Amino acid sequence: MHLAVALDGTGWHPASWREPVARPREVFTAGYWADLVAEAERGLLDFVTIEDGLGPQSSHFLDPDERTDQVRGRLDAVLVAARIAPLTRHIGIVPTVVATHTEPFHISKAIATLDYVSSGRAGLRVQITARPNEAAHFGRRTIPRIEAYDSPDTQEAVTELFDEAADYVEVVRRLWDSWEDDAEIRDVATGRFIDRDKLHYIDFEGRHFSVKGPSITPRPPQGQPIVTVLAHDTVPYRLVARQADIGYVTPHDTDQARAIVAEIRAEQRAAGRADEPLHVFGDLVVFLDDDPAEAVARRERLDALAGEPYTSDAPIFTGTPNQLADLLQELAAAGLTGFRLRPGVVGHDLPAITRGLVPELQRRDAFRRAYEAETLRGLLGLPRPANRYAAVATATV
Amino acid sequence: MSKPLKQIHLAAHFPGVNNTTVWSDPEAGSHIEFSSFAHFARTAERAKFDFLFLAEGLRLREQGGRIYDLDVVGRPDTFTVLAALAAVTEHLGLTGTINSTFNEPYEVARQFASLDHLSGGRAAWNVVTSWDAFTGENFRRGGFLPQEERYSRAKEFLATANELFDSWDGGEIVADQETGVFLRDAKAGAFVHTGQHFDIEGRFNVPRSPQGRPVVFQAGDSDEGREFAAAGADAIFSRYASPDAGRAFYTDVKNRLAKYGRREDQLLILPAASFILGDTDEEAEELAHDVRRQQVSGATALKHLEFVWNRDLSSYDPDGPLPDIDPDISDTHISKGRAQVRMYRDPLATAREWRELAAARNWSIRDLVIETGNRQNFIGSPETVARTVNDYVQSDAADGFILVPHITPTGLDPFADKVVPLLQERGVFRTDYAGTTLRDHLGLEALS
Repeated sequence: MHLAVALDGTGWHPASWREPVARPREVFTAGYWADLVAEAERGLLDFVTIEDGLGPQSSHFLDPDERTDQVRGRLDAVLVAARIAPLTRHIGIVPTVVATHTEPFHISKAIATLDYVSSGRAGLRVQITARPNEAAHFGRRTIPRIEAYDSPDTQEAVTELFDEAADYVEVVRRLWDSWEDDAEIRDVATGRFIDRDKLHYIDFEGRHFSVKGPSITPRPPQGQPIVTVLAHDTVPYRLVARQADIGYVTPHDTDQARAIVAEIRAEQRAAGRADEPLHVFGDLVVFLDDDPAEAVARRERLDALAGEPYTSDAPIFTGTPNQLADLLQELAAAGLTGFRLRPGVVGHDLPAITRGLVPELQRRDAFRRAYEAETLRGLLGLPRPANRYAAVATATV
Repeated sequence: MSKPLKQIHLAAHFPGVNNTTVWSDPEAGSHIEFSSFAHFARTAERAKFDFLFLAEGLRLREQGGRIYDLDVVGRPDTFTVLAALAAVTEHLGLTGTINSTFNEPYEVARQFASLDHLSGGRAAWNVVTSWDAFTGENFRRGGFLPQEERYSRAKEFLATANELFDSWDGGEIVADQETGVFLRDAKAGAFVHTGQHFDIEGRFNVPRSPQGRPVVFQAGDSDEGREFAAAGADAIFSRYASPDAGRAFYTDVKNRLAKYGRREDQLLILPAASFILGDTDEEAEELAHDVRRQQVSGATALKHLEFVWNRDLSSYDPDGPLPDIDPDISDTHISKGRAQVRMYRDPLATAREWRELAAARNWSIRDLVIETGNRQNFIGSPETVARTVNDYVQSDAADGFILVPHITPTGLDPFADKVVPLLQERGVFRTDYAGTTLRDHLGLEALS
């Protein structure tokens, strides 16, 4: 079983910052993130993800709010990832990037560089944003307000944002391959630093943008860092199937898990990727205590502080690490290959994962006892991909 | 009473994509692996330098329609390397070149504010511009900006970023766990900017960073570039590391400050400078000669001549005489993605001048490129170099230097180990950091 943790501020519960363990004044310091990732690495987790967004957090899905009782503000996730990479040795580091308003050329080199500074442990979580207020932070495009989720207009707008994200990932991936691994030759005899025949223009032409290439950054250590996507519906499942190495999904029971996995596998076949490895991870928010009543009481206490019960797109688990281990094994049997856990209170639930859940899974022989690989691909059992352009070059010889 | 000695500012530029960087030397290491950057940064910090400087590239250079392959090619992403370096250093400033043409203020401001938080106040931004459609081919908007508007966009970009940095005053985050008040101000980060290039509004989502804003560098040399620097930069990364040209530039730029209500000490002039050290001056001269031969191979010499001739000269012998044909002065350039091309305003005159010079001195093509190209700025024993550097600074040819070694990543080590102690003995360079932020190191006032 693969395990990741999703890091966001002081935790996923909006009142998490008020717990004594929360350190809310430190979320804008490097030391805070270094401590969290060190804890995750002590638990031998595959990777951490770092949330991001191009606007302030909000209690509304689409609109900003003016609340003063919740954590607001965050640091750029790619930079947080880079800042902690040299302090860790084994754990994967997967920052969120927003495809809707950023440049694939910049992100491709940034994640390639994260792969260099982490010696092969980088990935990214690609996200779209349909928030009109975030579009106004850039002023380059307007995003129509989503009024009714099931209206044809909304469906079309959302499909378009995901199609753009698919193009975006395609560009990022092509740029990673735009240098063959052995392009740097340093041939003193001929004076050539590179063999330019091993650098490739990507010549991407899409509906939303075109990019020439090659990258300015040589192919990263993993060849292709890990691309991950959170998905709740057919349109995003299609992005997972077309472009991701890991899809995060949010089934609320095993039947639903089985159905979602089947849908993603079908989309994967339709995308012509049936033979490629693709992980489907379940996302869960977790409140963990050794006594189940304590976990419930803690969640209720947080709900009372927040003034409303906590809800999430993902299932919310409240109970003991042993009970969570049972649930994860059940879901794994339904076809999920790993889990990304969102700690309700990061200062409490992250150590509960690393010191409670992980040992329990180890007792059941369901989780690693030591890091068995040097790269994130290695940890996930994914091979280092061949370079698409090198293959073309060989084929035409 | 004599004038008090100026304190010298020293910084280090990680060498990269040009023929100054010697990759063929057995000592030359990786210019991509993080270990190289970490070594370089630790050396700079051991020597108490103000900051490390990283350049940026957004399109690989081409010549004759093909990717240029004779120099170091490729580099990592600026922000990502600087953030990682913050983990392996404690004091060193972290300066990155970030283009104002192929970026947007909201994103760049987030990145710099984040870097400033993650480094404890050590971030700096070298604002550069571009306009060419060649670079634009890698970006969503393509080549959208007319050349004459690049500084107006840069100016507005910087002003907009400053509005975003200033949208938090630093006192908003209360995070009182008892009362449940996280933010004092519900509108923290609110901004509205309406201008020629940017029409944006909303909420900036990074709280005020330790320095308030990153330190701002400017690197262009045009009249507009100098005005841009005088109006708003904290330092200039200049290319005049010789006494006379340095003093002329220094005077010109510092004289522009008054009209913006700024004092001379609010803008530092820091030329890029290369160096060669030997045990003796003679040894250093010999070494410098060898390094120049490494920097300019026969093939490199022909490619440099092509900048002026704007023709394929690959059939010429680099050890032979200069071409007797004239440069092609049509509008299409043989070389793309580099600044040198625009340096030769009158190629016909330059070609004539070079042919006469080469004939008079009996120089081959390669000799000419070596002799007319960039020589190392400081050559000599550690004593000579320390004295020269100090003389330049005390005579107002510069406020300090951004040193560019010719070898990655160990090229800075001899300067750190041999020259810095001599400057410290003279009392013109710090023996330890006095503050924690880059503003402190540069002697700039904290922002209110």
